[in-house]
Amino acid sequence: MTDKIHVKTNLNGDNVDFLCEARQSLLEVLRDGLDMTGTKEGCNDGNCGACTVFLDGRIVDSCLVLAVEVEGKSVSTIEGVADVDKLHPVQQAFLENAALQCGICTPGFIMAAKALLEKEPDADEGRIRLWLAGNLCRCTGYDKIIRAVQSAGKDMQNI
Amino acid sequence: MTSTSSKKNKYSVIGTSPIRHDALGRVTGKAKYGVDLRLTGMLFGKTLRSPHAHARIIKIDTSKAEAHPGVRAVITTKDMPIVKDEVADFGETMANYRLLAELCLANDKVLYKGHAVAVVAADNIHIAEEALSLIEVEYEVLPSVLTVQESMKEGAPLLHEQLTTRAVAARFTRGTDTGVQSNVASRILIEGGDVEAAFATSDVVVEREFNTKMVHQGYIEPHNETAFWAPDGHLTIWTSTQGAFGVRTQISKTLGLSESHVKVVPMEVGGGFGGKIRSYMGPTAALLSKKTGRPVKIVMNRKEVFESSGPTSGSNMRAKIGATKDGKITAAQVYLAYEAGAYPGSPVGAGASTCLSPYNLQNFSIEGLDVVVNKPQVSAYRAPGSPAAALAVETVIDEVAEKLGMDPIDFRLKNATKEGDRQVSGVVFPRIGCVEVEEAIKNSDHYNSPLEGKNKGRGTAMGWWFNGGNASTAMVTVNSDGTVGLVTGSVDLAGTRTALSMQVAEVLGITPEEIYPSVGDTDSIGWTGPSGGSRTTFSTGIAAIQATNIIIDEMKKRAALLWETQPEDISFVNSTFISSKNSNDKFSFKELAGKLMGTGGPLSASSTSNPTQVGSAFGGHICDVEVDTDTGKVTVLRYTALQDVGQAAHKAYCESQVQGGAVQGIGWALNEEYYYTNDGTMANSTFLDYRMPTALDLPMIDTILVEVPSPGHPFGIRGVGEVPIVPPLAAVANAIADAIGVRLTELPMNPASILAALKNKK
Repeated sequence: MTDKIHVKTNLNGDNVDFLCEARQSLLEVLRDGLDMTGTKEGCNDGNCGACTVFLDGRIVDSCLVLAVEVEGKSVSTIEGVADVDKLHPVQQAFLENAALQCGICTPGFIMAAKALLEKEPDADEGRIRLWLAGNLCRCTGYDKIIRAVQSAGKDMQNI
Repeated sequence: MTSTSSKKNKYSVIGTSPIRHDALGRVTGKAKYGVDLRLTGMLFGKTLRSPHAHARIIKIDTSKAEAHPGVRAVITTKDMPIVKDEVADFGETMANYRLLAELCLANDKVLYKGHAVAVVAADNIHIAEEALSLIEVEYEVLPSVLTVQESMKEGAPLLHEQLTTRAVAARFTRGTDTGVQSNVASRILIEGGDVEAAFATSDVVVEREFNTKMVHQGYIEPHNETAFWAPDGHLTIWTSTQGAFGVRTQISKTLGLSESHVKVVPMEVGGGFGGKIRSYMGPTAALLSKKTGRPVKIVMNRKEVFESSGPTSGSNMRAKIGATKDGKITAAQVYLAYEAGAYPGSPVGAGASTCLSPYNLQNFSIEGLDVVVNKPQVSAYRAPGSPAAALAVETVIDEVAEKLGMDPIDFRLKNATKEGDRQVSGVVFPRIGCVEVEEAIKNSDHYNSPLEGKNKGRGTAMGWWFNGGNASTAMVTVNSDGTVGLVTGSVDLAGTRTALSMQVAEVLGITPEEIYPSVGDTDSIGWTGPSGGSRTTFSTGIAAIQATNIIIDEMKKRAALLWETQPEDISFVNSTFISSKNSNDKFSFKELAGKLMGTGGPLSASSTSNPTQVGSAFGGHICDVEVDTDTGKVTVLRYTALQDVGQAAHKAYCESQVQGGAVQGIGWALNEEYYYTNDGTMANSTFLDYRMPTALDLPMIDTILVEVPSPGHPFGIRGVGEVPIVPPLAAVANAIADAIGVRLTELPMNPASILAALKNKK
C-alpha cells in the first residue's frame, strides 16, 4: 500500500481536501477520487487539451499536474463554470452555434475559450485559432467552435 | 459566406437547427461517457501487449503478477473459451468471431506490436500497470511484413498458415477458395466492357501509382469497457460503442453465452467514426469480472488506441483512365491493394465499388486485394475504403482533364452519372445528385473567385458513398401534457437524438423541444444496427416516423370514442385531429394527449425499419492551397465542401458533419500517417507526433448543402456523415499539383514529400 498525502485546496470556490498518492495526477484525482468527470482524459500526455482546468487563474492540462501540487492553490473545472440557473456565455454560445458533436473535447474547449475571452473578449479569428491550438477536436473541423467563441466574446463585451 | 442551401425549406421542423437535447450535459460536464463510469467495488484492468510485430508465444508466467499486492486476477489465452469460425457482420465491415476473440487476447501467436497477451485486474490502475511488468512472456520472434508489397512477395512470412486467397465478385460475398496459401485473403475483380480495346481508341491515357499509409479515426475518447458478470450468470457491459447490439453478439459468441445473458448499456461516445463498433476489451473485462466477482473497467491509453484498436488501411494503388479529345472517358482500370492489418477484412471491396461511381462508364476493370500485414487489424473509418481509392481515381481524372485542356468540372459533368445509370456492381442508381453537386461547384462563389499569387493552386474532387440502411427500432410514448418520449436503439454520436426527434415533431406538428429522446440498452429496446454507415437519421428516422404514425392512428380511435364516430372519419392535419362529420369536433394533439387515460389508457407504439431503398450520396470539394517552396509546408487557404444531403434534417449538424469529414480528410492528405520503424513499431503513437489538424492549421470550412431528396425516406433524408471524407485527399493533391506543377502520389503530402517532389521536378 502506497502512503497517501493529505492535500488541501480550493475547488470551484469550495475548500476541499483529499488523500492521494504522490504519483497521481490532478486529472486522476478529479475524476476517480472526487467523481468530477466533467474534466476529460483524451491522451494523458498533455497533447489534446480535453483535461483543461484553471489552476490559480491560469489554464493547465490537469493530466500534467500532480495532485499534490494543488496544495494551497485554487482549481476550477467545467463543473464550476455555470451559475445555478444560468450558463456561462461560452457554454451558451457552444449550444447555440452547434459547436460540438460528440462533446468529449467540449469541456476543455470551454475552459480554454473562457480563459482567452476573460482577457480578450474581442479576440479575432486568428487569435482564437492560435489560442485553441492546444485543444483537439476531431468531430467539427473547428469552424463552428471558432464562430461560437467569437459570438461568446461579443456577449461578454456586452455584459 | 458560411453555408448555403440550394432550396427553400417546405417543412416547419425538418431543415432547421434547434439546440440539441443532449448538448446541455455536454457543455456542463454532466454527460456520462463510458470513461466516466464508476461502479461500487470496481476494479481496474490493464492489458499486457506484445512488444513484437510477429512472434510465437512460447510461455506466459503470470505468477509474480498474481502475487503482487492489490492484484485480483490475471487472465491469458488459456482462460478464453474456444470460439468457432463464423462471419461477424458489422454493417460496413465483416469479420470472423474466432479471429475477433484472438484480437481480444492472442492465441498462440502475436501478429502485431500491441496485440493483447494478458490482462490484469487490480485495485487501481497503477497497481495494474506494475503487475504488467511482472508478467514473464517468452517469445520466438518471427519475421514480419509491414506493407502489402512485402506481404505479397514470393516466400514472404505467412501470418496465418491456414489462410488461402478467396476470389470474390462483389463486396461482402464469400466467393470461392482458390486454395492458394498466401497473405492475400481475398481478391475482388469487377469488370465491364472491354478495357484494352477502349484504351486503344483513347486520345489521352493517364496512369499513376499511389501509396497511402495507415491512418486513425482519432476520436478523443479512448476505448473503454466495463463488465460485471453477476453470480446468476448475467453479464452487463457498459461501453462507449457505436452499436450496443453488435457488441452483445460479439461478446456472447466469444464467451459462449446466450445473447439473452448479455446486456450492453451504451454510454455516451466521445467520437467513433467507425472505430467503435467492435469490442476489444469486453470479453477480457467480463472474464476478469467472473474471476473476481467484481465490476472490472478497462480503458485504453492513447498509445493503445493507436497501436491496438482499428485504424484504416494503408494501400498501394494504380489508376489508369483514358478519354477521347472531346472529353468522353473511354475506360478506367483500377488496382487496389489494401492492408487488412493482422486479420482479413480490409475495406477494399468498398473502395473498388465506390471509386468510379461519379462516372458513367461502359469499360472498367477494378481489382482489389485484401492483404494481411503485421499491423493492427483495420476497422471501419468513415466511408471505409473509399477515400484512398478516390485519391487514385480523382487525381488521374484531374490530370486527364488537364491534358485535354478542359475544366475538371466540365470534364466530370460530361461523364457524370445520373439516375438510371449503372454502378460498376450493376445496381441501377435511383435519384442521385452527382450532376447537381458538380453544377453547384461550377456556380459557387469559391470556384468563380480568382486565385492569384505564386505557388497557389486550386483543386477539386468528387466522392461517393453507398450510405447504409440496416434495421432499427424506435418506441414513441405520449405524455399527458402533450410531450412525447422517443426511445431508439441508436447510439447518439453527434446529434441524432435531435435529428430523430425532429422527424417525430414534424409528423406530430409540435416542436422538437417537446420530444424527449433517449437511447435504450439491449434489454430495453429492439434490435438496432450500429450508428455507422450514415444510417441513423435515415433508417432509425423511418422507424420513428412509423411509430409516430401508429400513435396518430391510435389517437384517431380515441377521438372517435369521444366524438361517437369512426376513426376513418378523423383526419390529422397541422397537429389537429378533426372529424369530417362535425367541424366542431377538433382536438389539438396536445388536447387529445390529455384525454388518453380516460379513453383506454396510456399510449405507446414501437416500430422497426429495415429499408432497402437507401439514398446514396455524392460530395464535391474545392480546395485552395499555398505551398511554401522553402519549407514544403502546405497551407489550406480556402475550402468549400458541397454535398447532396438529400433533405437536410438538422441543418447545422449536416454542415458540421461535412466540415468534420472534410477536415479529417485534410489531415489524412497532409500530415497523418502510422510511421513504422523496420521492426514494426509505430514510432508516432501520441497525439503530439501523429499530429491531427488543430484549429490553427485550418481556415473556415464553407459548406454548400445540395438537397436532392432521397426517394427512400418520407422526408427525402439521405445519410450525411461519411461522404465528406472521400473527396479531400484528391482535392488537396490536385490543388498542390495546380500550385507547384508536380503530382504527388504518396500520402501524406507533408513538408518532406513536398520538398522531395520539388527537388525531383528540377
